[in-house]
Amino acid sequence: MENQVLIDKFSAQFAAIQKNLNGKGESPFNKVRSDAMTHFERQGFPTPRHEEWKYSNLKKVLKKDYNFHVQSSLSEEEVKSMPLPNLYGNVLYFVNGVYQEEYSDIVSPTDKLKIMTFREAQEEIPELLEAHFSKHVNSEAEAFSALNTALANDGVVVYIADNQTLEEPIIMRMLGDVTSQDVGAIVRNLIIVGKNAEVKVAEAYRTIGDKASFTNAVTEIHVGQDARVDYYKVQNENDLSTHIGTTQVHQLDRSYFYAATFTINGGFVRNNLNIILDGEHIETFMYGLYIPNERQHVDNHSVVDHRKPNSVSNELYKGILMDHSTGVFNGKIFVREDAQKTNAYQNCRNVIVSKDATMNTKPQLEIWADDVKCSHGATTGQLNDEAIFYMQSRGIPREQAIRLQLRAFAEDVVSKIKIDSIHEYLEGMIIEKLGE
Amino acid sequence: MLKISDLKASVDGKLILNGINLEVKPGEVHAIMGPNGSGKSTLASVLAGRDEYVVEGGSVIYQGEDLFESAPEDRAAKGIFLAFQYPVEIPGVTTINFLKTAVNEIRKKNGQDPMDAASFLRMMREKSKLVKIDPELLKRSLNEGFSGGEKKRNEVFQMAMLEPTLGILDETDSGLDIDALRIVADGVNELRNEDRSFIVVTHYQRLLDYIVPDHVHVLYKGRIVKSGTKELAKELEEKGYDWIKAEVDNQVPA
Repeated sequence: MENQVLIDKFSAQFAAIQKNLNGKGESPFNKVRSDAMTHFERQGFPTPRHEEWKYSNLKKVLKKDYNFHVQSSLSEEEVKSMPLPNLYGNVLYFVNGVYQEEYSDIVSPTDKLKIMTFREAQEEIPELLEAHFSKHVNSEAEAFSALNTALANDGVVVYIADNQTLEEPIIMRMLGDVTSQDVGAIVRNLIIVGKNAEVKVAEAYRTIGDKASFTNAVTEIHVGQDARVDYYKVQNENDLSTHIGTTQVHQLDRSYFYAATFTINGGFVRNNLNIILDGEHIETFMYGLYIPNERQHVDNHSVVDHRKPNSVSNELYKGILMDHSTGVFNGKIFVREDAQKTNAYQNCRNVIVSKDATMNTKPQLEIWADDVKCSHGATTGQLNDEAIFYMQSRGIPREQAIRLQLRAFAEDVVSKIKIDSIHEYLEGMIIEKLGE
Repeated sequence: MLKISDLKASVDGKLILNGINLEVKPGEVHAIMGPNGSGKSTLASVLAGRDEYVVEGGSVIYQGEDLFESAPEDRAAKGIFLAFQYPVEIPGVTTINFLKTAVNEIRKKNGQDPMDAASFLRMMREKSKLVKIDPELLKRSLNEGFSGGEKKRNEVFQMAMLEPTLGILDETDSGLDIDALRIVADGVNELRNEDRSFIVVTHYQRLLDYIVPDHVHVLYKGRIVKSGTKELAKELEEKGYDWIKAEVDNQVPA
């Protein structure tokens, strides 16, 4: 089998976790994990022959000999030095996939917000953990989700109690320390948002150093009835980084979920955003922005599954592709037979700035209900020359006219961010990448 | 100020301007009229530097310098302003930010410091009155969702903000009702002074009732075939272009 080195490492990691279970191997949580390992071993890594991986070839990035559980030599100051301006809220630090409790700062009261390791969650909220851990992640068909579930050990369970509005955002800062070697990380977090609760969550990924990294991240989010969740994923890793992430969301009646995924930098990025609308009168928003350059590859897959009537989903992804970069957008919308009166919209808009860049878009609608409103659109084009000339004719140099237009193109996705610190950070990063 | 000599220009390999001669002195208003397809808009575009147009011959000297050596943004910095026939919608860029960038880029090129925010806003307020443009409109994306009249007013407003030496109006009257036409013309008239010149490209004479030209030229088949005063425009209004076409077409080429 190809990539056997990596697979052996994962098997060893799994064995190490199993050794430390202290007789809890038969707990529901650990049962799910060992089943997932079986699923992973059966599937192996996907190749481009796999329909969902047609345009994203993993061969090269899986060849490297990544080291897992690397002890970082970075000081606390260095870990915290990632430039998020005006940082405020519950700030959780992860280094190479492992939660760093001693660096983290939880400011919300414990009756509203609990942050637990998976081990703690098994003691404190066993029923909730069993109800939500890996309930909707598809380990049988998705190798990386299976692997991630099998090795879930180092992340956190975030629990927001019923009827609680969290004033302070939760910001998860994921740092890959690649200063001295190629590093791998399995990141697994579970966010349970109780009935009628409200929270804003951000995941910000970054690398320090110029070696390669491999991150397999899965975040599960359960959005209870009437709950409201804003979720931002920000990726700004180096050109040798590989990120394969899945955000798996489950929404109940009258809930609101807003996701925005920003890929500012990264070598090989695959984001899966899977949302199940498992109730009525749900609102779901999905926004995305990716701005790859050089030989970066960014692949966004989304699945919106309308299972019940009267809900709305709206999706808009935007891409700016420079140099030799490649992009993929694959958006699936399912409207089940029961999901009458569904409104589902999807749009993907791309600007190709270089003749060597490529974008592949594939919308996929499967509709079994007859009284629904659905639309999708995908455009890939170049910058508008007439607009550039218009700006030039007003005295704005050509290069700047191009940058102004690109930033304006990105702006409507960025401007909606409700965590100030993340908003400012992104504005800065986008300007840095596209030019002043 | 501007001297066009034997200017020839093509687009997509097709010769559109076929030897234009025109001199514009400071403070003068020149109207360029002519039937559809005569090359009026091409002339405006060539002067502003639109790159689909290829200059095939002749010269344009502007303030003593060869105009064709300057990029469009540099022409703007030297005081040339083109009011577009079809102003472009630019989503995500507000008129305010767009103009702030433009004003300061032009100032930079002319060795001036950027304008401070307060002075800029004061200037905006003053100039917006000139064309009765709603200041709220200026906070929106440039031209996006603007009506035809609003777009044209925005063009004249931008011209007022950038204070050019030579204003080129490309069919600014097209698509305007009579009230909007008057507002736009009043704005232009406010900007007229002894140092600032205009080239007004128009198909119809009615704009020239409001912006009274010093000279009127008729363009046909890429050449100026007749020049005169504002009376020529009146004559064209009455008789149409056919008599001029006939006159030119019946001439045996030398």
